[in-house]
Amino acid sequence: MSDNIIEIKNVTKTYGAKDAVKNASLNIKRGEFVTLLGPSGCGKTTTLRMIAGFEMPTSGQILFDGEDITNTPPHLRRVNTVFQKYALFPHLNVFNNIAFGLKMKLIPNGTKRNRKGEEVQLFRKYTKAEIKQKVDAALKMVDLEDYGHRGVSSLSGGQQQRVAIARAIVNEPEVLLLDEPLGALDLKMRKDMQLELMDMHKRLGITFVYVTHDQEEALTMSDKIVVMRDGVIQQIATPETVYDEPANAFVADFIGESNILSGVMLEDYKVEFADTVFECVDKGFKKNEPIDVIIRPEDLRILDKEDKMTILTATVASSVFKGDHYQVTLMAGENELIAHDTATYEEGSTVGLYIKPFDLHIMHKSRIINEIDTEMADENLVWIADGKFECNCPFEAGTPVRVKVDFDDVIITDDEDDGVIGATVVSSIYKGSYYQCIVRTDDYYDFFVDTDDDWLKGDRVGINIAPEKILIERREAGAPAEDSAPEVVDQTEYSSDAQSAENNAENVAAAEKNETEVKG
Amino acid sequence: MTNAAVAVSKPKWRFKLTKRVFSYPYVLFMLLFVVIPLVMILVNAFLDADNNLTLENFADFFTDKSSLVILANSLLVGVITTAICLIIGYPLAYFLSKMPSGRVLVLFYVLPMWVNFLIRTLATKAIFIAMDVTLGMGTVIFGMVYNYLPFMILPLHTTLSSIDRSYIEAAQDLGADSSTVFLKTVLPLSVSGIISGITMVFIPTISTFAISQLLSNGKIFLFGDSIQMKFEQGLYGVGSIMSLVMLVFVLVSNFIINRASRKSGLSVGRSLW
Repeated sequence: MSDNIIEIKNVTKTYGAKDAVKNASLNIKRGEFVTLLGPSGCGKTTTLRMIAGFEMPTSGQILFDGEDITNTPPHLRRVNTVFQKYALFPHLNVFNNIAFGLKMKLIPNGTKRNRKGEEVQLFRKYTKAEIKQKVDAALKMVDLEDYGHRGVSSLSGGQQQRVAIARAIVNEPEVLLLDEPLGALDLKMRKDMQLELMDMHKRLGITFVYVTHDQEEALTMSDKIVVMRDGVIQQIATPETVYDEPANAFVADFIGESNILSGVMLEDYKVEFADTVFECVDKGFKKNEPIDVIIRPEDLRILDKEDKMTILTATVASSVFKGDHYQVTLMAGENELIAHDTATYEEGSTVGLYIKPFDLHIMHKSRIINEIDTEMADENLVWIADGKFECNCPFEAGTPVRVKVDFDDVIITDDEDDGVIGATVVSSIYKGSYYQCIVRTDDYYDFFVDTDDDWLKGDRVGINIAPEKILIERREAGAPAEDSAPEVVDQTEYSSDAQSAENNAENVAAAEKNETEVKG
Repeated sequence: MTNAAVAVSKPKWRFKLTKRVFSYPYVLFMLLFVVIPLVMILVNAFLDADNNLTLENFADFFTDKSSLVILANSLLVGVITTAICLIIGYPLAYFLSKMPSGRVLVLFYVLPMWVNFLIRTLATKAIFIAMDVTLGMGTVIFGMVYNYLPFMILPLHTTLSSIDRSYIEAAQDLGADSSTVFLKTVLPLSVSGIISGITMVFIPTISTFAISQLLSNGKIFLFGDSIQMKFEQGLYGVGSIMSLVMLVFVLVSNFIINRASRKSGLSVGRSLW
């Protein structure tokens, strides 16, 4: 038997034209605390609801304990959910809310032989005394012993939360699903409940699947974090890995504070950014490949500019006290860097910076140029997402073409009507000296745009491109542009190739063993 | 001297437009059409034909067997009508609340109410006669259900469609199949809608008139009809007593219904009251 209790295989969920979850694959081990993390609308709740059975995947498969449950209705699944707004039944008191599931549950009650001599499994319901004992135990677990007779509407948010948890765990599910359960609580209460949930996870030993948009919550509680964005899984890894080695600029930006800079990988172990060459520990990139470099603020060491370790000098733009550290904003040439330091530095002074090679995290750029497959609308006019853009190209109308536009050649306008086409800002990430925005056109093409301004997420903007900046080449009709996302692997499962090979060997051995058992 | 000059020279009573002013028309209306008629009924109940104080009217009513039979009949028709409305209305409201276009479809059930009920009832009667249906208890109850069904559907639909989906999902999650989900969550959560539906159908049906008369060719006499007849015959005393009895029944049923809704302790969903 595999130790994966839940396996999600290439699951896609589509609402109308929009993919809420795109081709997601994820394994959840027995007893693990897995967190689905991402900004709102990233598909994390939809994924959870598909595990619970409230949503059916448009395609793909969900396995529970090796068994296909893709089309199993929710009441037959061995999972229980703690809902975001608790969903406690208002017509029942606390005791009856918790007993709700128990009263319906059938438990094995011995076997008997029927007339044909076959063994028949008998079932019975819990007796009143058993229910009372179980509910009381659950109430004790969540520290609400004396609240059984209370109406749920008379409880505080934190107490309702506890009742919701008790109602789910009293059924002894194999997997507990939690949908942003602490979202409605205040900060202090949230911290306490985090610890209590972790403790509960340890005591019960069951699998927790937790959904949150709070990165700190995810880092604190989880064994494994699944970072999602726009329905796509970005990274599956332990909290440490997600923090120290984010898979891409989005993850780095979403989890904790970070400096994200554009650079070039000169050769193995050598990277250039901010006009300086740094040593690093990464290899295997193409020569002169444009990359993103991520530096956590606490990894930037501020030194005297004369210090012999200094790699690059910067001026201090500001230094702000943050309780346990100073947040120092530095300007290294055009690039803005944020450092956390225990000492403060005078504004305007020049300091030296040192970064350990190990602390430089280098990532492939997800895209280096905007590439769109489209058609000519007319001579010197090209279709791009429902809009006709002027260009310098003599091809006749209807010619299939591939259009390329550099990130900094796309111009965003404040007023949607000023642009040739309208679009919505999906994200905006600061990259040291400029912002990299992703704007989504109405037919779901994502433009990467480098701009000087920070655009508000969700805002409608217009897009303009200067005619001479649109590079057009003829393409074979029907050949679609490749926009394949790299396969996301579970980094907790295969931390090295050697280990994965080992795992495979084990699986083969196990399979062989099974076979011999069957034969025997 | 102009009017303006008069106004300026007499500043004793100045009109101020406060919130309270807006309630005056309603107070006047209440006085004229609710309080005064009630007082008149109360006074009439204790007067005989020659305007002497008497308790004769009470004795007349409570010893007259036919009046009591009519009262019992009215209550029976009310109970039957309400039950039928609930049996037809609940499933209908339930399915409408599940449909995305339910809000529009509900309008179709409300639409007939835009036609005057007398015209509707006369039309129903014409249809029955054309179909050769004998007019009697059956047709009366049909007419009642037809007239009062929207009053059952509306509050039920409002309550049912305001039940949060997460309650249903929570019940499913805890192992309830669809019939258990209905019995253990949807039904108890819609009690407030059921109660307001019952109130809105039962109370008008026991006091209604004309429908029964028209749809039974005057064979079936309900309490409302008999009150109307007593007044037509000039028996104001007995008519008033009967009105008071009616009022007591309405108050009592209102009280029972209110108690029931308080006992279920529900502020869940919206009800019409």
